[in-house]
Amino acid sequence: MSAPQEQVIKMYAAREDIYPREISGRFSRLRWLCLWLTQLVFFCTAWFNWNGRQALLFDLVARKFYIFGLVLWPQDFIYLAALLIICAYGLFMVTAIAGRVWCGFACPQTVYTEVFLWIERKIEGTRSARMRLDRQGPSFNKYARKTSKHLAWGLVALWTGFTFVGYFTPIRTLWGEVAHLSFGPWEWFWVVFYAFATYGNAGWLREQVCKYMCPYARFQSSMFDRDTLIISYDPGRGEPRGPINKEGTGDCIDCSMCVQVCPTGIDIRNGLQYECIGCTACIDACDSVMDKIERPRGLIRYTTDRGMDEHMTASDIRRHILRPRVRIYGAILLLIIIAMCGSLYLRTPLKLDVIRDRGAMGREVEDGMIENVYRLQVMNTTEQSHSYRITVSGLDSLTQATTDVVTLGPTETLAHAIRLRAAHGAGKQGSNKIHITLQALDDPSLQVSEPAVFFVPR
Amino acid sequence: MSDFTDSFWNLYIAVLTLLGVIGCGVLLYSQSSVRQAAPAPGQQGPGTTGHVWDEDLTELNTPMPRWWMWLFYITIVFGLVYLMLYPGLGDFAGKLGWKSSGQYQAELAKAEADYGPLFNRYAKMDIKAVAADPQAHAIGERLFLTYCAQCHGSDARGNKGFPNLTDKDWLYGGTPEVIKETIMHGRHGVMPSMAAAVGDDKDVENVAHYVLSLSGSGASDPIKAAMGKSKFSACMACHGPDAHGNQMIGAPNLTDKIWLYGGSAETIMETIRKGRDNTMPAWADFLGDAKVQVLAAYVWSLSNPQPATAVTAQLAPEAVAKP
Repeated sequence: MSAPQEQVIKMYAAREDIYPREISGRFSRLRWLCLWLTQLVFFCTAWFNWNGRQALLFDLVARKFYIFGLVLWPQDFIYLAALLIICAYGLFMVTAIAGRVWCGFACPQTVYTEVFLWIERKIEGTRSARMRLDRQGPSFNKYARKTSKHLAWGLVALWTGFTFVGYFTPIRTLWGEVAHLSFGPWEWFWVVFYAFATYGNAGWLREQVCKYMCPYARFQSSMFDRDTLIISYDPGRGEPRGPINKEGTGDCIDCSMCVQVCPTGIDIRNGLQYECIGCTACIDACDSVMDKIERPRGLIRYTTDRGMDEHMTASDIRRHILRPRVRIYGAILLLIIIAMCGSLYLRTPLKLDVIRDRGAMGREVEDGMIENVYRLQVMNTTEQSHSYRITVSGLDSLTQATTDVVTLGPTETLAHAIRLRAAHGAGKQGSNKIHITLQALDDPSLQVSEPAVFFVPR
Repeated sequence: MSDFTDSFWNLYIAVLTLLGVIGCGVLLYSQSSVRQAAPAPGQQGPGTTGHVWDEDLTELNTPMPRWWMWLFYITIVFGLVYLMLYPGLGDFAGKLGWKSSGQYQAELAKAEADYGPLFNRYAKMDIKAVAADPQAHAIGERLFLTYCAQCHGSDARGNKGFPNLTDKDWLYGGTPEVIKETIMHGRHGVMPSMAAAVGDDKDVENVAHYVLSLSGSGASDPIKAAMGKSKFSACMACHGPDAHGNQMIGAPNLTDKIWLYGGSAETIMETIRKGRDNTMPAWADFLGDAKVQVLAAYVWSLSNPQPATAVTAQLAPEAVAKP
């Protein structure tokens, strides 16, 4: 008896190159429409102005977020949390209804991969031409095409990086600096960083981002159930596969078009797989083949597991989609959106923090009056100047020993020291609760009140 | 200097760290591929790692991308290079000789190089001229808030035992030069217990009421004040025959309504009975002449508002709205 044969199994594998074939069709048009919409918004919004400043600007240095007419301060962080919750529930609901449509149509990773693939196709040619080019040995043609492809990718990536940074530092100033080549070191770093991220993710990593890095990709499957619309191959219609003129075969002629167009390199006929980003390229591919061989469309289609198994009609499937899960997601989503909009609408664009002076507890001044010192941190979050009157309440004979009107410029913060006095007998010894109120002279509704403590020494 | 008296612990840490890093590398290498008996034809399908549990439970091999493995190797190389350049292996200081204290010194030196010339310019100017400089005023305000506000309050109006710096009443004198001297070298003000010198408890009370009457306080009892007048002679050595105080020794003026410890008859009696001992620390060694110059100018400007420094108008007594 001979020694058993040994084999070595690799736990890490090199990536297999994927050359997605170009495809056109109704879903493909929809995907390009989404691409244009998202990219027009991304590349153009940064250039709009509002109130004489950039309409959408996240000024991290000054800690002010300008969103059209709204100016958000770090104190408004709750709105970011609300926005993220809305995004999360939006994702849950959309995924429960129609699977990974976000991944297939709107995710920047998909969108930029699509753009980079388009460039690749324009320079290196179709799927078969690209495969041929990669197989052949070194030649001038190969290097010329590869170099120009990477240059074109680099340009798109740099423009993307530049636009992204333009949301955090005014883009028109940034553009002026580009023209004069006077970028600061950090501007260089971030523009190049985001450009490199775009180039690397959309040019090189592509589907590996979705397969190995993206957390959403992994937890989205937990939103799936038997009534979720997914891209499905209909095995009842398609199997057994075989040539078109052979007897006893199904509708699938095994042309492998659905595999060739897949950007993640899977075979949808093996059923739902975690790699599937729901881009619908295989639906368009299969429909065009079915048209050619004159069989009904929809061998690969958007349908639910239940719909497929129970041969439901389209309206039955639609009725099942509005299941409790979707209704609950929708209700929560609506609730949070209403709460956020309501709170944004009712928000007072004036903030006040009262800080008792740490250096002095309560001092005795002339005539036996007790004096306390406070620092008012007043934040005018509007884009107009306002004067505010300070009023105090909560103790008899509580008066201000300092000026009671402060004026703030647009989006200005002011640290204003005030001294309050009360007669010795006005409050109990120790801490006394008082209120400090600020009200705009020109707009009485612009008013905030903050509690504070008046200390009477023992 | 080593933190440990025995070099064993340095060695212990260095060996553990290196073994850990190298161990990660060995583990990564040894697990990146597995050797196993080739399956007999038709027995075990492809795509499993070859591990079998409970007779028939096999593990599918879903290989990670290879670049991911290289990222792991890169982190190991990074770790080793870091340990060579920076301190991390016991008491080995690293090739770059980096120290947190060295970084602090470098930052101090940079700050000195950046701001030194500015402070030196102020140091050569007259204090009143410094007070009129808005930039110096802003610097002075920040220095005051950092070093002085703990006792004197952030509006410089003082606290019990800590004098108000915004009025014209000065214990040691309010000229710019004296203020600077006070900050540079500090002050130590002592009032001894005067109970024995004044007399018995009754006398202490009478003197207290006499002292109160000097500032025209309504709280003083005229009869007690009259009886205390003769006993006040014990106080004259320091506070002067007319009770206007003596700035040479920091003895306060008793004829105004400004009281460092409180102006009630009880507080004054306590002061006479027990005396007072108070210290203002010296800042010469810590802040240096130039910063104290800027600080003195700021403090002086609080009671002598400068037209150029209207910022503090709200803190200055002139702008106070009467309650």
